[in-house]
Amino acid sequence: MTLLSVKNLRVTFDTETGPVEAVRGVSFDLNRERLGIVGESGSGKTMTGRAVLRLIRPPGRIEADAMTFDGQDLMKASEPQLRALRGRRIAMVMQDPKFSLNPVMKVGSQLMEGLRQRDHASRSEARAKALAALQAVQIRDPERVMDAYPHELSGGMGQRVMIAMMLIPDPDLLIADEPTSALDVTVQAEVLSILDNLVKTRGMGLIFISHDLRLVARFCDRVLVMYKGKIVEELAAKDLLHAKHPYTQGLLNCLPRIGGSREALPALDRNADWAS
Amino acid sequence: MALIEIENLSVTFHTSGRHVRAVENVSLKVEAQQSFGLVGESGSGKSTILRAICGMAPITGGQIRIDGKPLPTPRGPNFAKQVQMVFQDPYASLHPRHTIDRVLSEPLAIHGQTGSDAKIEQALIDVGLPPAFRFRYPHQLSGGQRQRVAIARALMLRPQILLLDEPTSALDASVQAETLNLLSRLRTERGLTFLMVSHDLAVIDHMCDRILVMQHGRAVEELSREALATAAMTTPYARALFTASADRMLEG
Repeated sequence: MTLLSVKNLRVTFDTETGPVEAVRGVSFDLNRERLGIVGESGSGKTMTGRAVLRLIRPPGRIEADAMTFDGQDLMKASEPQLRALRGRRIAMVMQDPKFSLNPVMKVGSQLMEGLRQRDHASRSEARAKALAALQAVQIRDPERVMDAYPHELSGGMGQRVMIAMMLIPDPDLLIADEPTSALDVTVQAEVLSILDNLVKTRGMGLIFISHDLRLVARFCDRVLVMYKGKIVEELAAKDLLHAKHPYTQGLLNCLPRIGGSREALPALDRNADWAS
Repeated sequence: MALIEIENLSVTFHTSGRHVRAVENVSLKVEAQQSFGLVGESGSGKSTILRAICGMAPITGGQIRIDGKPLPTPRGPNFAKQVQMVFQDPYASLHPRHTIDRVLSEPLAIHGQTGSDAKIEQALIDVGLPPAFRFRYPHQLSGGQRQRVAIARALMLRPQILLLDEPTSALDASVQAETLNLLSRLRTERGLTFLMVSHDLAVIDHMCDRILVMQHGRAVEELSREALATAAMTTPYARALFTASADRMLEG
């Protein structure tokens, strides 16, 4: 059964100089699988992720022919209904732990806040669950991390804390916006295997937003390639390196390769037709 | 004789009673017009080495020599004419309230050089920006254009050596390609020597002749470009790093 279905999603920002369309008619279906969304900055991939949770503030507007999650119409859902979905059923890991964690609140309190508020858990119960969540994302010293402020953690630790926080309510769908871009390759591999494990064992759906094509090709099942607010190509991740669309090919070709030639890297030729 | 010689360099930070040994006993040599890469995870001390060369980190042991001469402390104006640095984040490294013109003319003014008008226009052309960008502010430029300005600023005094601290990791793939091409071209045209830091093995491989792998502030293994391409590393850590980057191989 389809977990999330999005039809003709549009996100528009009304600015002084007229409307700016960040997402222009995006449609996709998601089951319990790993869906990657790739594209350059400004391609609308983050806005697509946020729009699913209706997390776009005015002057931004969301329009869609249909957007249903598990049989529930997200476009018609009231604010209290959305509040019940956000976090509990659909969770989102934001890009940068520096800006997404509260800088003046200890990590432990932030992890426990949701449990106390949403699930009315007791202090000790919440603490036990928070510790377990930190262990689940392979934080070796969870007691110390619980007692630390976000600035006392490295980028990789912060990123894992955010993932832990989003996984506590056991969501059905996780939207991860560049969850590993602040991490080193070796830590990146670790975080990915944690996410992978969760998709497999909990049967969670995952939308993985990234600008790193090679990472997405390795990690996801299916990939949407976005350019200027539109999906230009949809393909199985294993076929990404043999992509047909010139934009996808261009993005791949301009990456340097270990053992590649030292000649100038091919520049991306932006063709106006792709955007129309 | 090597242009940059670093011998048993140690850098220790003292913070609230704790000693953090960011770099321990690292030695390396970079020949003139060579390009040398430092790779490793965050916190491995690779950026600290660049900062130590510039006098921005407390050196607690060892010696740095440029062109055979030990560096004076403080570094002084001649050092700035010889060595310049390009930072990772073009959003943070350009003053938000200074025009590009001011950013580029400042080094000339400090060093009492004349003819800044022509030099600034030429500097912009050299990095592939239209001269009309001169009177813009950083926020009116894209990330890639800002990094070009940062490179132009570093080259204003015609240095021999460029220290590059993750110069493309904040940029999109296509913009990264353009910036790397620009750096390669400038290196050939001006005979520059690069000391470059990156966590991306593919970028380092594309740009550098030799590579030093670092972990926890120590040098793990020095590799030639050929050794990297043929996976001829001998230490487990260098191999782990290579395996984690396997999707960046040529055939991948």
